[in-house]
Amino acid sequence: MNQAKQPILEVRRLTKKYKEALAVAGIDFSIQSGSCFGLLGPNGAGKTTTIEMIEGLTPPTGGEIFFQGRPVDSRFRDHCGIQFQATALQDYLTVREVLDLFGNLYRRRAPIESLISLCGLSEFCDQDTDRISGGQRQRLLLAVALVNNPDIIFLDEPTTGLDPHARRNFWELIRTIKQQGKTVVLTTHYMEEAYVLCDEIAIMDHGTIIARGAPDQLLKRNFNRVTLEIPKAAFENGSPNDLKIPASLPGEVHLKPDTIEIHTSEVNATLEQLIKEKVSLSNLKIRSLTLEDLFLQLTQKESEK
Amino acid sequence: MIFFIKRFFTVLVARNKEFIRDQSALGWNLLFPILVIFGFAYAFSSGSQDVFKVSWVSQEEKVSTANEFEKTQYIQFIPSKDLEGSLDKLKRHQVDLVLKPRSPSQGSPSETPATDEYWINSTSPKGYLLERILKSTQTPTRIFEKQTVSGQEIRYVDWLISGLLAMNMMFSALFGVGYTMVRYRKTGVLKRLRATPLSSFEFLLAQVASRLILITGVTAAVYVGSHAFIHFKMMGSYLNLFLVMFLGAMCLISLSLCVASRTASEEFAGGLLNLISWPMMFLSEVWFSLEGAHPWVKASAQMMPLTHIIRAARAIMTEGAGLQQVSLHLGVLALMTVFFLGIGSYLFRWR
Repeated sequence: MNQAKQPILEVRRLTKKYKEALAVAGIDFSIQSGSCFGLLGPNGAGKTTTIEMIEGLTPPTGGEIFFQGRPVDSRFRDHCGIQFQATALQDYLTVREVLDLFGNLYRRRAPIESLISLCGLSEFCDQDTDRISGGQRQRLLLAVALVNNPDIIFLDEPTTGLDPHARRNFWELIRTIKQQGKTVVLTTHYMEEAYVLCDEIAIMDHGTIIARGAPDQLLKRNFNRVTLEIPKAAFENGSPNDLKIPASLPGEVHLKPDTIEIHTSEVNATLEQLIKEKVSLSNLKIRSLTLEDLFLQLTQKESEK
Repeated sequence: MIFFIKRFFTVLVARNKEFIRDQSALGWNLLFPILVIFGFAYAFSSGSQDVFKVSWVSQEEKVSTANEFEKTQYIQFIPSKDLEGSLDKLKRHQVDLVLKPRSPSQGSPSETPATDEYWINSTSPKGYLLERILKSTQTPTRIFEKQTVSGQEIRYVDWLISGLLAMNMMFSALFGVGYTMVRYRKTGVLKRLRATPLSSFEFLLAQVASRLILITGVTAAVYVGSHAFIHFKMMGSYLNLFLVMFLGAMCLISLSLCVASRTASEEFAGGLLNLISWPMMFLSEVWFSLEGAHPWVKASAQMMPLTHIIRAARAIMTEGAGLQQVSLHLGVLALMTVFFLGIGSYLFRWR
């Protein structure tokens, strides 16, 4: 994190209304140069609308967007790279031709060979784009997003649909891009991905930002607790449908399909209470709360409002 | 300006590669018109039409139905007072036979047998059949006398070829550009391109230019290929014909851009393109002349770009017309092109 640097991108009171529906409700955030910023949120939270307004694809209803301290204008497209979640490319063109096509559309461009090397495209760079695998395609789309040597790159759910191996390879690529000093704006549904890659995240729901900060700081701020996971069978009182859960446990109790989760900051007191109530702890698991837990908790609270 | 040209050529080259490498589409674009030309050349050389048009040249306002021939069904009699004009139409296959009944002042049937003059185009299968029908109605009091058409006659295939070339151009322009654009929009190719500095004007211009090059190349190949076997007539200037076809292709591509300017539904675009192409195919004189058709049909045909392309190309090919003689058609096509391009560009949406 480079806290002292001027933000490369700043959004002020950004708003988008579709007839009566408020998709983005006057949000503010800024992104530091060279960082990886994650925009998270459930479906329909307003992430894609926000990103598309920044990219210039959707006109905002209100608010301002600044790039390198100045309002965004047509110049911005030469400085940003975009990888959409689902993009078709022209048919019957090879990987190299696609890179060349997009490269020629920009005033500045990265050397094609270095992109092929960076994104690992050399093995299939002379193949038609409709004959490459899903993982290869995502790497090509990332290369297309980098073809103008952008200062900031927007990645919209770049690893959706990839197998775990391909996903981890993609993460390495993003890390490499970050090391080159580029700013990455990532939207994803994978909390692990956001945790691993992002320096800062913003969680959106119903068009507003409900939490923002570094992933660890957010976890620390919201969770000074751990989770105790105990199979439901340990609480059965004669039958699977009759659970006897002690009322005075020092923590929040969450019923899961097969387990009972207890979120607590007082592990010793909780364990003592469970032992006192003769709950079997033979299959007890203790784990720290994750970004996914935080995401679920925050977005659930938002839905309940 | 340099970047404008660079971006324009980049998209142009990419689109051309896409088309040329799609071998099935390319093959069909070449094969289809040749098959149609050969099919019709064969079909009409063996005479299989069943509707006839007779120019009935007389000073009378109405066609007399007193005689047997004029009572024949499935023959349309078009009254005319202009013999020269009717003979010109006969040469151009706009009518199948010209009949000039004996005028009343030339004597009454009771005194001497009436001799009615008729003309046919010797290369017209319809003319041949009509002559047979006409002669079968000959009576001692009504004798038909065959006259020859002065000047060079035009075979039906000579008349037809310009229509077929233009029709092929129409399908290539409408469906080639319209469908591609809708597919690009539906699959997100347009959205991806929009995220680059490429302007909509640069993109549309590249699409128009790409299809123009392809249509010109394919039409020239079809022309040369068909001419090698059929030896149809070309009396005018190739440069003039090229100009007509080029402007015509521009006009049809622009019309296609209008259709594909917003929708992302291939079904809707397909329906719209069919709605435009089918009336043009039948009312723009591709297959038959509109001589004798209802005035509103003729008026509708005037509003169709294909009509002007075909009339101009046909005049150049079969009559050796110069640019001045087809200037009205060229003017209409130019105006329509500007109109369609303007509307298409105004309505165009990337998504």
